[in-house]
This record gives sequence, C-alpha cells and structure tokens, in this order.
Amino acid sequence: MSKIIHAIYNDDDILMNAVKEVRKQHYHIEEVYTPFPVHGLDKVMGLPYTRIAICSFIYGLVGLSVAITMMNFIMIEDWPQDIGGKPSFSYIENMPAFVPIMFEMTVFFAAHLMVITFYMRSKLWPFKKAENPDVRTTDDHFLMAVDTGKSEVKDVTDFLATTGAVEINIMDNEDAH
Amino acid sequence: MYTLSNKVKLFALVFMVLGAIGIGAGFMSVPANTDEVAAMQAAHGDGHGETADHGEAGGHGVSSEAHGTNHGEGGHGSEAEHLEHTLHQMQNRPWSALYVASFFFFMIALGTLAFYAIQHASQAGWSPVLFRVMEGITAYLPVASVIIVVLLLLSTFHVNHIFHWMDPELIDPESDHYDKLIAGKSGFLNTTFFLIRAVIYLLGWNLYRFLSRKYLLHNDNAEDNTWFKKNFKLSAGFLVFFIVTESMMSWDWIMSFDPHWFSTLFGWYVFAGMMVSAITVIAMVTIYLKSQGHLEMVNDSHIHDLAKFMFGFSIFWTYLWFSQFMLIWYSNIPEEVTYFVTRIEDYNLPFFGMVALNFIFPVLMLMNSDFKRVNWFVIMTGIVILIGHYVDVFNMVMPATVGTSWGIGLPEIGAVMFFLGLFVYVVFTALSKAPLVVKRHPLLKESEVFHY
Repeated sequence: MSKIIHAIYNDDDILMNAVKEVRKQHYHIEEVYTPFPVHGLDKVMGLPYTRIAICSFIYGLVGLSVAITMMNFIMIEDWPQDIGGKPSFSYIENMPAFVPIMFEMTVFFAAHLMVITFYMRSKLWPFKKAENPDVRTTDDHFLMAVDTGKSEVKDVTDFLATTGAVEINIMDNEDAH
Repeated sequence: MYTLSNKVKLFALVFMVLGAIGIGAGFMSVPANTDEVAAMQAAHGDGHGETADHGEAGGHGVSSEAHGTNHGEGGHGSEAEHLEHTLHQMQNRPWSALYVASFFFFMIALGTLAFYAIQHASQAGWSPVLFRVMEGITAYLPVASVIIVVLLLLSTFHVNHIFHWMDPELIDPESDHYDKLIAGKSGFLNTTFFLIRAVIYLLGWNLYRFLSRKYLLHNDNAEDNTWFKKNFKLSAGFLVFFIVTESMMSWDWIMSFDPHWFSTLFGWYVFAGMMVSAITVIAMVTIYLKSQGHLEMVNDSHIHDLAKFMFGFSIFWTYLWFSQFMLIWYSNIPEEVTYFVTRIEDYNLPFFGMVALNFIFPVLMLMNSDFKRVNWFVIMTGIVILIGHYVDVFNMVMPATVGTSWGIGLPEIGAVMFFLGLFVYVVFTALSKAPLVVKRHPLLKESEVFHY
C-alpha cells in the first residue's frame, strides 16, 4: 500500500522550489496547504486554469435575461399602465428606465451564483469538517502532501529532506489509489 | 533610438495631401446662395423637404419655446426662410468637419497628457517603459493647440458661424434676432472672455507638457532623484489644474454649440471619451513600435494593462453617456430634452451606433483576459473604439451646427485623413528625438520586470 508523506516547510520560497523539484522527479503531489495565497504556486504545481470567470459571464447573461423577461412581462405585456407619461407601448421605448435594474440583476446573478459555484466546487459549507492535516498550516507553516505511489517510501523521504523540509511525516494513504 | 522611417513619413504625407484635397473639395461644394440650395435639393429629389419643420429647431439647438418668442410662429412655414436656413447649415458643414476632426486628435493628445500625469502622480510601477511613447503622443498637443486657436479665432471673427452664440445680433435687444437666453449668458459666453479662457487652458497644458518632458530628460542624466521629485509635484499640481480646465474647456468648445442647453456631467463625459481614445492610441503606438523591434522592454503584460484601461474607460464612458441620456430622457424637461430629440430624430444611426462601437464591442472583445494579450486583437478593437469616439464628437458638434444637412462625406473624411497624417507625422518625429525608454527612473526596474 502506498503512503502519503507530509513534508513541512516554513518559507514560501523554499516551498516553491520544493514543488518544482518534486515535479521534476515525477512524484505525485496530492495537495499543498498554505496559510496564505502563495503567488505562482498554482503555476509551478501545473494546476489547470480556473473556469469560474466563464461561469460568471454566463450567470450574468442569465441575470440579464431574467431582468428583461420580468420587466417586459410586468410593465409592457401584463398591465401597460401610463405611469407619469412613460411610453409603455414596447420594451425598447421604455428601456432607459429598465437599464438600472437590468444592470443590477446582471451583477447580482453573476456575483452570487459565482460565489455559490465556488463553494460547491471547493466543497465549502457550514458545519463542514475541516480537512486540515496539521494545525500549523493555518498559521506559519506550509505542508506538501506527496503520494509515494510505487516508489520506495525511503527514497521519497530522503529526497524531500534535501528540498529543505523542516519536518517529514509518513501517513497511511486512506483512499488507496 | 528610434528613427523616423520613410514609410511612416510617406504614409503621413499621403494622408495629409489626400485629406487637404478632401477638405478643399468640401469648401468648394458649399452653395453660395439660396438659389443653389434650391437647385441642389431639386437634384436630390427633395430629400430634405420632409425635415423642414424640425430642421429649424435642429439647426440651432434652440428650444421651440425660445424660438416662438423670437421669430414668431410665422417664420416656420416660409419656403425662403427654410432655404436660408439650409444654406447656413451647408455653409457650416466643412467648418464643422474640420473642427470635429481637429478636436478629436487634439483630445487624444490631451487625454494622453492627463494619463501621463496620472502615471507620475500615482507613481505607477508598470508604466515607466511607456513614458516616452506617451511623450511622443503629447508632442501633438502644441500643434493641435495652434490649430484650435486658429479655428476659434476664425469663429470669433465671424469667418464661419459654427458657434451660434457669437452672432452679435442675438444679444442686441433692438434686433429681431434678440435671444434673451443667450443674452443672459453673455457674461460667460462672450468672445473676449472665451478667447482668454482658451489661451489659459492651452498655455497651462502645454506648459506642463513642456516642463514634464524636460524634467524627465534631465532625470536621465541626473545624479539623484531631484528631477523625479519635481516632476511628481508638477504632475500632481497639473492634475488639479487639468480637471478644472478640462471641464470648462468642454463647456466652451463643445457645449456652447448648443447655447440653450446645459448638462452638469458634460465635462466628465468629454473627459471619459478623451481618456479612452488616448489610452487606445498609446496601446496602438506601443504595439506598432514593438512590432518594429523597438521597445523590447514592453511585454504582453503592459499591453494587457493598457487593454484593461481601454475596457474600463469604455465602460466608464458608457456609464456617463447613459447617465446623461437617461436623466434627461426620464424627466423630459423641454429645455433639456431638445438636445436628445434632435439627435435621435436626425442622427439616429450615429447616435445609437456609437453606443455599439464604444460599449458593446469593446466589452465583448476585451472581456477575456487572454484576448487582451493578443496584439492584433487590441489593435482591431482599438480601431473600432477610435471610430466610435470620432462619431461621439461628431454627435456632440454636428446637430447644433449643420442640423439635418449632415453626412459623412468628403469634408469629414478629408479632415480626419488630414489630421491623422499630421498626427502621425508629429508623433513619430517626436518619438525619434529621444531614446524610447527613460533611464535611471526609480520605478524603471519594476516596470521592466512587470508581469501580470
């Protein structure tokens, strides 16, 4: 059974170099835990780009459509009253009055649905059990979890020690790949 | 060092010559009297006949209320008066075309100067590699200032009649054409004060441009950062001066074409259009120079930043355009709304078309982060934005000066080509006068390694 090795670092520059070295050796990095965003870490880890901006754009279009459909039905089709002389004969004639709502609905949908998408994709919700392997990673330590796979555990730990890890722990791999 | 290539020189010359021919042809084809107008209209199949009624209001941007008291209702029906009116519009057209094009290129230079000052005052870390490009573009400012002054002088000496309020009859209580509203504004809108203000604005802007360029050139060979600090203070001071004078300039040189109309956010609106055109031109010149193998310090991230500014200021412009339009449309007060009535009725396509060019197009094209790094994409979007903002200035000036007799023809295209040629010539000559990147600027290193 393969093991998970937790290598702990106390500096983000050393961590970045370690990630590069580990990737060069073709060991598999399960996860990296950091107390703050480390600029460029996703690039050196080779993580794919996020597509959340594309989601947000689509949600914005949904919001715009909701606003237009809603106001067209209420103000133009259902009960086209004369309110203060505003032309309610067609949507386009009265459109300037609807633009503030169209804008706000677009932003509302784009922002909120994007945030909810983020929560769902990163599996965050109230009462969720924290997946923190070491409490120090929320304060001042950085942790890289490396899956040994078919490699010898000792080879991997020795290698990780050379990358500047201040502490190395060997854990059982619970979900055995 | 950049050396002015013969290709650029030839391009500028060809455009100036063709443009001058166009402008000349525009002035030649102006009818001299009402008989010629009648003959032209007959040849056109009386296309203008339908618009005769509101053409009156459209021509001067005068509200119908004011008109009723001045001319009497009888004036509207008369065929002779209509021909007279159309004649004035047609006589204004080549002048307005010249004015719109010269103002458009002037505002690119001025907007660049404001952007340049903002970069110094905010001590931006990304832009020092672009300072010389910006200085090259602002080198057009002195040239444009002279042209603007000449055009304003021609108007004040009544060589042309594009500024309606300059007609002395309007403020003469004895005259048939006495206009109470314009007379009431004559404390501000009189030709002497108008020219004094124009000279103050232009001297202030040109002085900043001259000093800032000088300080930065001194900084290249300095021992310490004295010149840098001086330039920082100067830029901050200039921005205060600029925001006041820019507002007043927009009342004087644009809003006074419609002397019966006023809008509070007009100065900002003109400013937004100015900034977006200026940043677009900075991006285009940078990309051109980079493609020619100069400016190797400039990387995709700089272009990305400029494209973000183009995107952001396009939205800012739209915000102000819409705020101005919607407030006036919503309250629909007759004295304000005529401005938009004439534009929507007589300039429907340019008026709404520019919103597509200046808003929808850049928003969709420049939304994607990757596209902002693709140079030809930025250039293509930039061309659309510049066309859009030319149409914007066109829409601000033309309805008040030529009314329904507008067109995009020889005088307009000729004027744009002439000033484009002049602009390119002046800008690229200025670029060849100094090394393309500043030296030993405190923020230069940060700018060279800038990446986003």
